Amino acid sequence: MLELIERFDFFSAVWMTVKLTLWAALGSLILGTFIAVLRLSPIKVLQWAGSTYVTVFRNTPLTVVVVAANLVIWNQLGLEVAARNATYLDDTNFRLAILALVAYHAAFVCEAIRSGVNTIPVGQAEAARSIGLTFGQNLRHIILPQAFRGAVTPLGNVLIALTKNTTVVTAIGVAQVSHAMRRMIEFRSDVLFTVFGLVALTFIVLTLPLGILTGWASEKLAVKR
Amino acid sequence: MSKKNMLRLAALTAAAALALTACGDDAADPGTGDGGEGTLRIGTKYDQPGLGLDEGGTMSGFDVDVAKAVAEKLGYSEDQIEWSESPTPQRESMLETGQVDMIFATYSITDTRKEKVQFAGPYLVAGQDLLVKADDDSITGPQDLEGKLLCSVSGSTPAERVAEDYPGVQLQEYDTYSLCVEALAGGRVDALTTDDTILAGYAAQEQWAGQFKVVGAPFSEELYGVGIPKESDMCEQVNEALTELYEDGTMDEIIDKNFGPAGYTPAPGTNPPTPGGHCG
Repeated sequence: MLELIERFDFFSAVWMTVKLTLWAALGSLILGTFIAVLRLSPIKVLQWAGSTYVTVFRNTPLTVVVVAANLVIWNQLGLEVAARNATYLDDTNFRLAILALVAYHAAFVCEAIRSGVNTIPVGQAEAARSIGLTFGQNLRHIILPQAFRGAVTPLGNVLIALTKNTTVVTAIGVAQVSHAMRRMIEFRSDVLFTVFGLVALTFIVLTLPLGILTGWASEKLAVKR
Repeated sequence: MSKKNMLRLAALTAAAALALTACGDDAADPGTGDGGEGTLRIGTKYDQPGLGLDEGGTMSGFDVDVAKAVAEKLGYSEDQIEWSESPTPQRESMLETGQVDMIFATYSITDTRKEKVQFAGPYLVAGQDLLVKADDDSITGPQDLEGKLLCSVSGSTPAERVAEDYPGVQLQEYDTYSLCVEALAGGRVDALTTDDTILAGYAAQEQWAGQFKVVGAPFSEELYGVGIPKESDMCEQVNEALTELYEDGTMDEIIDKNFGPAGYTPAPGTNPPTPGGHCG
């Protein structure tokens, strides 16, 4: 196993998975919150835009989103997302992969936050409106703070799914864990089960703490009513 | 019970027997080596134009034609062949678990693989080459790749070789070569690299006719072999069949039929190969 790790530079692949996860988590949290706000807003067009976004991206396979990011944005439209230097292709694919992961998971983050909103009694939003808070103030001071606290568990689930979904970006050649796995299978098919074991172990090490952490945080942060 | 069902039952029984014997110490003959009866289960690629392609139920391509010719020599008619898809990462395990009797799927003979399966052949010596746009004269071999953008399949041997031997080259990796061809057509990459046979298959595809050319300066040797389970006794028979196919000219016909339109001929120094030496 150590020989595999060394020959295929496994730790840099793990680091790539971690980087993809962190950037995509940050991006999808921001975009997902924004879309949730659209869906909660009193304006019909914005609600419609938000729910259309969720419907489209939640129902499209991630592989399609990832490959489309590369083929449409880079290949067809010819847009550049990285400088033409020695790491041009690596940078391009890394950024497009994050873009695709963000676009896809934002839909799930949005729904997680909406589930958090549902934990807030309707009376609170009505009370806030009746003391003269605008929609923005209502959102900022009453709804979102409680929604996030109520949505810790579903958001944690999205984060765990995101961690594992980073494997899909092998489709455009980003050198993370599943890419390393593919190389190992190609060159060391004689130790197939060790390879699978190593990859499974890696993901357990990455995701198990996330599950424990969100379980603990959801209890700690839950709004006591 | 209809004849077809009888056949299926027979195949199932054979498979069950195979699975059982595989556990025993002295495995009995798992393949129906004598031929003529039952079915021959052959694994090939289903998505490789020019080599092994499933076109809505009918199989076509070089590997498929060689497999059919070998099956005929072994005494199996075309409708006694049972095709299954054998993608690259699954080939060894399909043979080890006895899901197929033999695999013709751009299967390069390597020492790592020989630890798990045996190989008949080689029946063709391919080599890693480059596919470029038809009007591109700036690339005549791997030495011209410095600073160019190259495309191949994620984690494949050709991709790895380029990354190791030509560090100045940037590599775009996709899941399939079709996407690479797309990127090459779009002008986003300068060349596509893998075995020359696979490249020729793409160049000969109707929708790309005349747009690409194979550079023709192979920089590796890939011995295409027939993957066979370790405990099978058909390996030498397949070697004999392959030798005969070269002697009676069938092989040249097959090569010409599948690669002719792309203007590709197997590298002359190493072809035709002498089958044998990789059994057991």
